[in-house]
Amino acid sequence: MMTHTPRSEAEAASVIADAAARRAPLSIMGAGTKRGLGRFTQTQDVLSSAAITGITLHEPAELVIAARAGTPLAEIERKLAEDRQRLPFEPMDYRPLLGTTGEPTIGGVAATNLSGPRRIKAGACRDSFLGARFVNGRGEAVKSGGRVMKNVTGLDLTRLMAGAFGTLGFLTEVTFKVVPLPETEATLIIDGLSDRRGIEALSAGLGSPFEVTGAAHLPAGLGEAKARTLLRLEGFESAVSYRAKALAEALRDFGKAQVLDAQLPDTYVLDARESEKLWREVRDVTFLASPGDTAIWRISVAPTKAPALTETLGPKLSARWFHDWGGGLVWLSCGAQGDAGAALVHEAARSAGGHALLVRAPDAVRAAVDVFQPQPEAITKLTRAIKASFDPSGVLEPGRIHAGA
Amino acid sequence: MSEIAFPAPDRDILARRDAIVAGLRGVLPANCVIEKLDERRAFETDALTAYRRVPLAVVLPRTTEEVSAVMAYLHAQGVPVTPRGAGTSLSGGAIPQEDSVVVCVAKMNRVLEVDFANRVARVEAGVTNLAISNAVVHEGFFYAPDPSSQLACSIGGNIGMNSGGAHCLKYGVTTNNLLGVRLVLGDGTIVDLGGAALDAPDYDLLALVCGAEGQLGIVTEATVRILRAAEGARPVLFGFPSSEAAGAAVAAIVGEGIIPVAMEFMDAPAIKICEDFAHAGYPLDVEAMLIIEVEGSEAEMEAELDKIIAIAKRHGVTVIKESKSAMETALIWKGRKSAFGATGRVADYICMDGTVPTGQLPYVLRRTAEIVASHGLRVANVFHAGDGNMHPLILYNVNDPAEQRKAEEAGADILKLCVEAGGCLTGEHGVGIEKRDLMGFQFSKADLDQQMRVRQAFDPAWLLNPAKVFPLDARG
Repeated sequence: MMTHTPRSEAEAASVIADAAARRAPLSIMGAGTKRGLGRFTQTQDVLSSAAITGITLHEPAELVIAARAGTPLAEIERKLAEDRQRLPFEPMDYRPLLGTTGEPTIGGVAATNLSGPRRIKAGACRDSFLGARFVNGRGEAVKSGGRVMKNVTGLDLTRLMAGAFGTLGFLTEVTFKVVPLPETEATLIIDGLSDRRGIEALSAGLGSPFEVTGAAHLPAGLGEAKARTLLRLEGFESAVSYRAKALAEALRDFGKAQVLDAQLPDTYVLDARESEKLWREVRDVTFLASPGDTAIWRISVAPTKAPALTETLGPKLSARWFHDWGGGLVWLSCGAQGDAGAALVHEAARSAGGHALLVRAPDAVRAAVDVFQPQPEAITKLTRAIKASFDPSGVLEPGRIHAGA
Repeated sequence: MSEIAFPAPDRDILARRDAIVAGLRGVLPANCVIEKLDERRAFETDALTAYRRVPLAVVLPRTTEEVSAVMAYLHAQGVPVTPRGAGTSLSGGAIPQEDSVVVCVAKMNRVLEVDFANRVARVEAGVTNLAISNAVVHEGFFYAPDPSSQLACSIGGNIGMNSGGAHCLKYGVTTNNLLGVRLVLGDGTIVDLGGAALDAPDYDLLALVCGAEGQLGIVTEATVRILRAAEGARPVLFGFPSSEAAGAAVAAIVGEGIIPVAMEFMDAPAIKICEDFAHAGYPLDVEAMLIIEVEGSEAEMEAELDKIIAIAKRHGVTVIKESKSAMETALIWKGRKSAFGATGRVADYICMDGTVPTGQLPYVLRRTAEIVASHGLRVANVFHAGDGNMHPLILYNVNDPAEQRKAEEAGADILKLCVEAGGCLTGEHGVGIEKRDLMGFQFSKADLDQQMRVRQAFDPAWLLNPAKVFPLDARG
């Protein structure tokens, strides 16, 4: 096995052109912290963006940052924090769940469309992804999008790159919209609700005018003995304290809540420091990280479909789970033996109108089962044609998403 | 720049017209096929009225299945298709060609499902943008993207062009508010992309379709996000002695961590045109005006406004006028959203749509004025300042072909300026035919070739809206 670490887009282009000429597939990688995501594949050679680094543009007043793909996410976040800004979509850190080390790269964030709890308010990674440079499977450098918020010039290849896991192009530079850091945050917690009732509370909160930026439900036994329903507020100090009260009032019907605030003796609110800590745990799925030998599924459905889904899957798979994204994003842990629940989970997700991704399982399982949700034939046909339009020789991460594609 | 070219019509298709119309009648009820010349003329152009072509025929299917049947038939016959929503495109996206059949989704105008718990609405493609908000307003919800034509334009057209609007500074454009579509491919195959969940597996085909200008398929249904409206909203007018001062104020507001829900810019000519039309109380003694809207509770709006007013004062604001009532708010937005129509009362115009980095706004405004003056024409500027999406309106006389050429030349020079300043050709109106031949200024051959190969993955025979987006001479 050989790892190519080109220092420029041009060097990367020649590596890919050479691989295409020899029809020798490449694994595409940043720092490799999410290597375990997707189907298990093995290639002779690896192409890494680790040496293509550096922030190329940061205009705080224009809310934009651009960086070469191998730039560590931590460096971007540090730079933004200096100007009291951040990425809007709260990218999760997969290292706790996947047991990996190293520094995740901004290119890896883009290629996996990594989005955290704030997706419900601020959009996914792809929503903030304004522009990209990449090398396609023909060894050609291509740019798409740009550095401005509004841009409908030509086909949106930028967003197509988000979540393509490097199968369409090797990202060399990415440009993101950024947002101001809020002055503060707080989290309203309601204790003791069932999944169904908790998700109803989240729907009510998200349907309120108070701009909830995180909405998760943690069943009993995850972190604490009691179930917790969490709603996060962010913004200027005065607005957050007003909204926390107003939201608690609006959700009064959801029963027993505990409290710090004397005005509303049935609710409790976490302050900024505790709120940040708790949402980091939600974001990174640390509640389910151990034991490390279970399978982890990421299931995405409409929020109201989620309780029935977990009621069905839970007992059959002896699973543990929690809900983010207002209830619609289910993180589920179950035994990794057999197909790790693939047949059941995919069918449950499909019939609920959503999809499921196996994010953690032993290599042998990820080589044998559908890791991504199986698609109808007409979509598969389009997917194959798109793949061929970027990578006719099939050298970029073949098989990472579906066998033979 | 010479007059925008259309591909030469396929004589064989023109000769088969009667048979093709008969074939369409075979798959659609009689009242869904339009073939009389005077009736077809109603579809010969869109809001880019300087260009027009009478189509071979027009069909108005009522269901996804009817769209599918039409597409399968036209695909088998090798006939080009021009998808059409309400025909409000400013870039010529819905202008037909003589050998194409217009597939218009206007009859598919039902709101199919409103789901407040999941905060989504499922609608047919012909539903107007505003009708979505109207269907959910009783629960305090709205659909966020708000193009100025929202009373007339269809969600299908919005998806085709990835439309924006005044409030997308905070809420994003169509692609950020779209969760799923039902799409009929060129050969009639029906596919569902996305749905009510917040993401979808595999390649982001939804992102490709949104803004593809009808070249990948015909959208017949959409699932969109609906949002709960803020407790209150209030626009405030800020008058400045120069465009530079207004532009600098915008940058400072964003730089201090404030993202108002809208920041709209008008220069003196635009203020006068809009005020004469809407009587919104715009200040007439300033060189530039910002409409800045804040949202939230009374206290939150007050707090945010205090911060904005302090910044505006540092940038020499001369007039501050707060809306005091719902009626004043409505008038302020009526003036802004009528800008194009009001300008049309004064002169013919072409509306540019380039976006530039907001730091470049003062420079680009100055150069725009110089470019237009050098062609002996006038310009009015009205645009979305917070995201740098400019709309210079170049005024000319449509009955004077020489003047039209000059206006188009000035427009092309302005768009090149936008690209050189780090921006793009179009922020929300789409490429259409209007900016098609300028694509080479923004993209390299490799960039465009990759886009066209993706396009061909959906439509190998180039039958869907074929004259649009990609330069005619760039196609392989």
